[in-house]
Amino acid sequence: MAQKYELKSKEVWDGNTAAAHALRQAQVDVVAAYPITPSTPIVQTYAQFLADGYVDGEFVKVESEHSAMSACVGAAAAGGRVATATSSQGYALMVEVLYQASGMRLPIVMTVVNRALASPLNIHGDHGDLYLGRDAGWIHLIANNPQEAYDMTLCAFKIAEDSRVRLPVTTNQDGFLVSHTAQVVEPLQDEDAYKFIGDYKPLNPLLDTKNPVTHGAQTEEEWHFEHKATQHKALMESKSVIEEVFNEFEKLTGRKYNLVESYKIEDADIALIVMGSAYETAMIAVDRAREEGIKVGLVMPRSFRPFPYNEVAEKLANVKAIAALDRNSPMGAMGALYNEVAGALAANGQNAVMTNYIYGLGGRDTTAEHILEVIKETNKNAEAGKRVTDLQGFINLRGPKLSFN
Amino acid sequence: MATPKEMLTTWDKIQFGAVLPSFEDPEKKIRSKFHSYNYKVADWRVEKPVYNRDLCIDCDFCWVACPDSCFEVEEVVNKRGKKQAKIVGINYNLCKGCGVCVDVCPTPIKSLLMFPEQIDNQEALNQWPKKEDK
Repeated sequence: MAQKYELKSKEVWDGNTAAAHALRQAQVDVVAAYPITPSTPIVQTYAQFLADGYVDGEFVKVESEHSAMSACVGAAAAGGRVATATSSQGYALMVEVLYQASGMRLPIVMTVVNRALASPLNIHGDHGDLYLGRDAGWIHLIANNPQEAYDMTLCAFKIAEDSRVRLPVTTNQDGFLVSHTAQVVEPLQDEDAYKFIGDYKPLNPLLDTKNPVTHGAQTEEEWHFEHKATQHKALMESKSVIEEVFNEFEKLTGRKYNLVESYKIEDADIALIVMGSAYETAMIAVDRAREEGIKVGLVMPRSFRPFPYNEVAEKLANVKAIAALDRNSPMGAMGALYNEVAGALAANGQNAVMTNYIYGLGGRDTTAEHILEVIKETNKNAEAGKRVTDLQGFINLRGPKLSFN
Repeated sequence: MATPKEMLTTWDKIQFGAVLPSFEDPEKKIRSKFHSYNYKVADWRVEKPVYNRDLCIDCDFCWVACPDSCFEVEEVVNKRGKKQAKIVGINYNLCKGCGVCVDVCPTPIKSLLMFPEQIDNQEALNQWPKKEDK
C-alpha cells in the first residue's frame, strides 16, 4: 500500500513537479519513459516517489521514446493505468506509436512539455510537438501554468478512462515558461484526488486469460474505414465528457475550466486567439489596450483536439476582427489555430476579418508590449471593416519586417 | 465457417478498438467468429505437416504451439489412470502450414514433419526417416 504524501493546502511547484504529483495521486500502474528536456523532471520526480514508496506501480526504463510509448501500449492493453511524459524530439519519435495507442483505444495519459523541434536544435518552448501530434487521434488539453498542469493531468485520467471516450490524452504545458517556473499550486489531498479519478476499469485486458482477446488486429480496405470513423466519433463526442469532468472538478476544487476559455470577450470588438503561457501575457496586454479604449478580448481552446468549433464560433459571434497567434512555424500555410478558427467561423456564417501571427518560436520572448502591438494592428482591421494589415505577421522577429499576404 | 465477407459489419457495430474476442461465451467456451478455429487459412499452405502416431509421446507441445487450433485430440486414460489428451490428427481445414508444430516436436525422430502439399499422407509415412542401426 502506497504511503500518503504530506501536502500543504498551498505548495510551491513548477509545472513538472505539479504533473509528477498528479501522476502519483492517480496511482498509475505502469510508467514507461525516456528522459528528455524539459519534461525529464516529471518522470524523474515520479520515479523518486515510486522508490520512496509513495506509489504502487512499475517504472519501466526503456532505450528510446518509441519503446516508451510501445511499452505504454502493451501495459495499457494488458489492463493497467498507464502514463508517460515527453517533449519535442521524443514526441516525434513516438508518433508512430501514438496512432497505435489511439486506434487501439487505450486510455494512456501523457504529460507533454512543449518544446521546439530541431533543426536547428533547441530545448525551449514552442508548440511544434503539439501540432505534430494533432492528427494522432489523441485528446490534447492545454495548461497555462503549474496549477493548470496539475489540474489538467488529474482531469486527463478521468476523461481518457470514461467508457464513452477510451482514448489517450496529452496534457500540454510550455517548456520552461511553465515546466520550470515555480508558482503557488493548490493541490488536492491524495485520497481526494484518487477518489476524483476513481479506480481503473480495464476493458478487454490481455491479462484476462479466462477470456482471451486479440489486440492490434490488421484491418484492410473492408474494415479500416469503419474503425477510423468510430474512433473519430469518440473523439468528436468526447467534448461533452470533457465538460462533465470539468464541472465535477469545479465542484471539488472551485476551479472552473471550460472547453473554450475567454477573457473579457463579452463586449469585445476584436479578439485574439492564443494557447499556452502566452494567454496570461495577453491578459495583461488586453487590460492595457482597454485602458486605451480598445475593446479587446481573448479566446483559448482548452482542448486543441477535439477542437471546439461551435463553441469557439459562439465566443467570436460579435467581434469584427480576429488575430490568431500560433506558436509553431506553419511551414507553407497559415498556423493551425488560424485555420481551425477560420473554418469554425465560416461554418457558422460569421465573417470577422482574420489575421495570423507567428510568435515565440524556440522560446523567443513574447511580452505584453508585443501583444499590445498586435491588438492595435487588429483594431485597424476592425475599424476599416476589412483587412488592411498583413495576413501573416511575425512577433519579435529580428530583421526587416517579414509578412505574407 | 465465417469468411471475411461474412464478418463485415457497419461502423456502429464494429469491434471496439479492433479488439477481437476468442469466445462469445468464455464460460461455456463457445468460440466467436473471430476465433482462429472459425477462420480458414488452409489455402495459404504450400507444405503440410504430417503426423506420425507411432512415434508420438502425447506431450501435447504441438497442441499448445499451433496458432490455428489444428490438432485434434481425444481424452484417454493413461497407464497411471490419469486423464490425458491423446493427439489423433490434424485438421487440414485450419492448418496454414507454418511448421511451428514440427519445430516444437521433441521426439528423437520427429513425430511431425513437413511434406509437399500434393503428397499422399500414407506415402509420406512410408518415407519417414528410420532409426539408424548402430
